[in-house]
Amino acid sequence: MTVAGIPLIEVNNLKKYFNVGRGAVLKAVDNVSLHIMEGETLGLVGESGCGKTTMGRTIIRLYEPTSGQVLFEGKNVHKLDGQQLREFNRKAQMIFQDPYASLNPRMTVGDIIGEGIDIHGIYKNKERTDRIYELLGVVGLNKEHANRFPHEFSGGQRQRIGIARALAVEPKFIVCDEPISALDVSIQAQVINLLMELQQKLKLTYLFIAHDLSMVKYVSDRIAVMYLGVVVELATSEDLHNRPLHPYTQALLSAIPVPDPETERKKKRILLEGDVPSPINPPEGCRFAKRCRYAKPVCTEQQPEFKEVEKNHFVACHLY
Amino acid sequence: MERLLEVKDLEVSFRTYAGEIKAVRGVSFHVDRGETVAIVGESGCGKTVTVQTIMRLIPMPPGFIKNGSIIFDGKDIAKLSEKEMEHVRGSEMSMVFQDPMTSLNPTMRVGAQIAESLIKHQKMPPKQARERAIEMLKLVGIPNAEKRVDQYPHEFSGGMRQRAMIAIALACSPKLLIADEPTTALDVTIQAQILDLMRDLQKKLNTSIIIITHNLGVVANLAERVLVMYAGKIIERGSLDEIFYNPRHPYTWGLLMSVPTSELDKSKRLASIDGTPPDLFAPPVGCAFAARCEYAMKICYERYPEDFTVGDGHRVACWLMHPMAPEVKPPVGKGVTLS
Ligand SMILES: Nc1ncnc2c1ncn2[C@@H]1O[C@H](COP(=O)(O)OP(=O)(O)OP(=O)(O)O)[C@@H](O)[C@H]1O
Ligand SMILES: Nc1ncnc2c1ncn2[C@@H]1O[C@H](COP(=O)(O)OP(=O)(O)O)[C@@H](O)[C@H]1O
Ligand code: SF4
Ligand code: SF4
Ligand SMILES: [Mg+2]
Ligand SMILES: [Mg+2]
Repeated sequence: MTVAGIPLIEVNNLKKYFNVGRGAVLKAVDNVSLHIMEGETLGLVGESGCGKTTMGRTIIRLYEPTSGQVLFEGKNVHKLDGQQLREFNRKAQMIFQDPYASLNPRMTVGDIIGEGIDIHGIYKNKERTDRIYELLGVVGLNKEHANRFPHEFSGGQRQRIGIARALAVEPKFIVCDEPISALDVSIQAQVINLLMELQQKLKLTYLFIAHDLSMVKYVSDRIAVMYLGVVVELATSEDLHNRPLHPYTQALLSAIPVPDPETERKKKRILLEGDVPSPINPPEGCRFAKRCRYAKPVCTEQQPEFKEVEKNHFVACHLY
Repeated sequence: MERLLEVKDLEVSFRTYAGEIKAVRGVSFHVDRGETVAIVGESGCGKTVTVQTIMRLIPMPPGFIKNGSIIFDGKDIAKLSEKEMEHVRGSEMSMVFQDPMTSLNPTMRVGAQIAESLIKHQKMPPKQARERAIEMLKLVGIPNAEKRVDQYPHEFSGGMRQRAMIAIALACSPKLLIADEPTTALDVTIQAQILDLMRDLQKKLNTSIIIITHNLGVVANLAERVLVMYAGKIIERGSLDEIFYNPRHPYTWGLLMSVPTSELDKSKRLASIDGTPPDLFAPPVGCAFAARCEYAMKICYERYPEDFTVGDGHRVACWLMHPMAPEVKPPVGKGVTLS
């Protein structure tokens, strides 16, 4: 457990809104505060469109925030420039969901991995080549693969290439955005094992975005649950699974089918009615109120505050 | 229980420039009335081709059936004319696909798509078919069905589209519903709704279901019987509990161990099946899993292991089941804790 220690990343009241025309505002991330400790894996879960990717992209400065701030090693990420910005761009990397779309089909694997090394001028000539071979080895490929093109590889191998590319610039922090959801079960295990191994070896910090909660539980130290742009619960992996407090987290956990027939037969599911509402002009008060079986009048009037109700266990709900 | 579907020795190939891809290499199984059978296995192992052959939806050419028979509700599928087959597809067996957007018609109102086959195959008057479409939308849990019936697919959310697909598939009360990764594209809370819906409908209508999925949680939730496929063959089959609690094939072990269980923590590695499945242009003569199997013996490379029966309906294609083979303790199953 790495809950103690120093935060590598602090997110304070972060908002990211998109103007979607005709005066409508889509609140993809709406007032989120959290931190990520050095060497920790913070899992981020929630249904599609709830704002996970947007949050990851804003943290590593692929988006400007609408308001609020992100601190990386104590410095405001969106105010960096010059040398400090280059440093940040090297230290914070992202691995993408789709291993097919995220690799340039016209570049060799070696050049894909070498691109970041060139941009940051880390190694040249023979050193550069050696480093590329080394990285291929790290992710379980070999140097013969350097001259091939992405389409010659399977999904799992392409995801390894994406990981090698992220590692090439010696990052400290990696946003893993659904890194395994496009892969087969048996290959998922290979990629996850690799990510875990690298974290140990290189002391990496991860923001791990996924909707497969059993995998998130396995890899994460702490987990944040998002609903319609808001983090509704944040706790250690164990606490979140053993004592989920927010009604949405409870429903989410009960909805996941587990690979155990007896558990499935015994399980009482909390079925949620309806679909996730639109993040365009989201409801006042608690965003979950329409689907919540405990909703009371205050829930539609006032947005519940995100507060620590037990040690290291945060929740935004009027029940607590 | 009464047989609905009997597939025997099915072999399906595709002719390509590079040669013949042997996608399905001798598959036999049955489905009883009202039963749910899951097919699992990694991508490319032949699941979709198997069920598409049953529906006669394989593009021919390049595809062709090399061998085998499919008897559905007493009819030999291969002997039906295209017109008769169209009728079977419209009213006796239907399919739900992974991606509802590619199989719904974007230019046609959802209600009209549900009514279409009722009008065509059951000669229902249009007005009555529309009423039935609304009823079906309600049945699959779409709120405001009276309004929604006149909307187009793009006006539906992902979960609603999937439910609309199920409404279309079930409108004619088919005897067999084939669902190919029906929930893969959905969020877990919506997935739970769809699984519940399928179970409910099955109880009400006694529909048989074949479900194809990568998700072993979905299998545990829905299936009564499981077929495990590898490189175009069924390598293990049995009741749900036999497959999860008493698995006997090394590939099934690998599949079951690569998903994290609730006890497993970060300090332990997940099991993974290293390597890749064989080339289906030239599949090996012996066991197709041998190159990735840590228990492989000499005979495994030389001869295909025919099915060994290890329990009631539990059959395994693996030489480890041979009485002369060395004893191997399953690394997964009931009473086995992962380390
Ligand atoms: N139209 C086609 N032409 C040529 N080969 C095909 C065609 N359709 C399928 N195949 C091949 O047949 C094999 C089995 O394919 P199939 O789609 O059944 O796999 P699957 O188990 O459903 O995999 P997935 O989980 O990825 O959908 C694969 O090797 C595939 O490439
Ligand atoms: N560039 C953009 N312009 C407008 N809307 C966007 C943009 N990027 C994301 N969104 C919207 O923001 C919401 C959150 O998106 P995203 O963070 O990608 O969700 P997730 O990763 O959780 O699936 C979605 O409704 C999405 O459509
Ligand atoms: S604040 Fe109210 S509506 Fe929201 S989750 Fe809590 S009880 Fe439910
Ligand atoms: S037949 Fe041989 S190679 Fe195939 S799974 Fe059994 S032990 Fe392994
Ligand atoms: Mg996303
Ligand atoms: Mg398929």
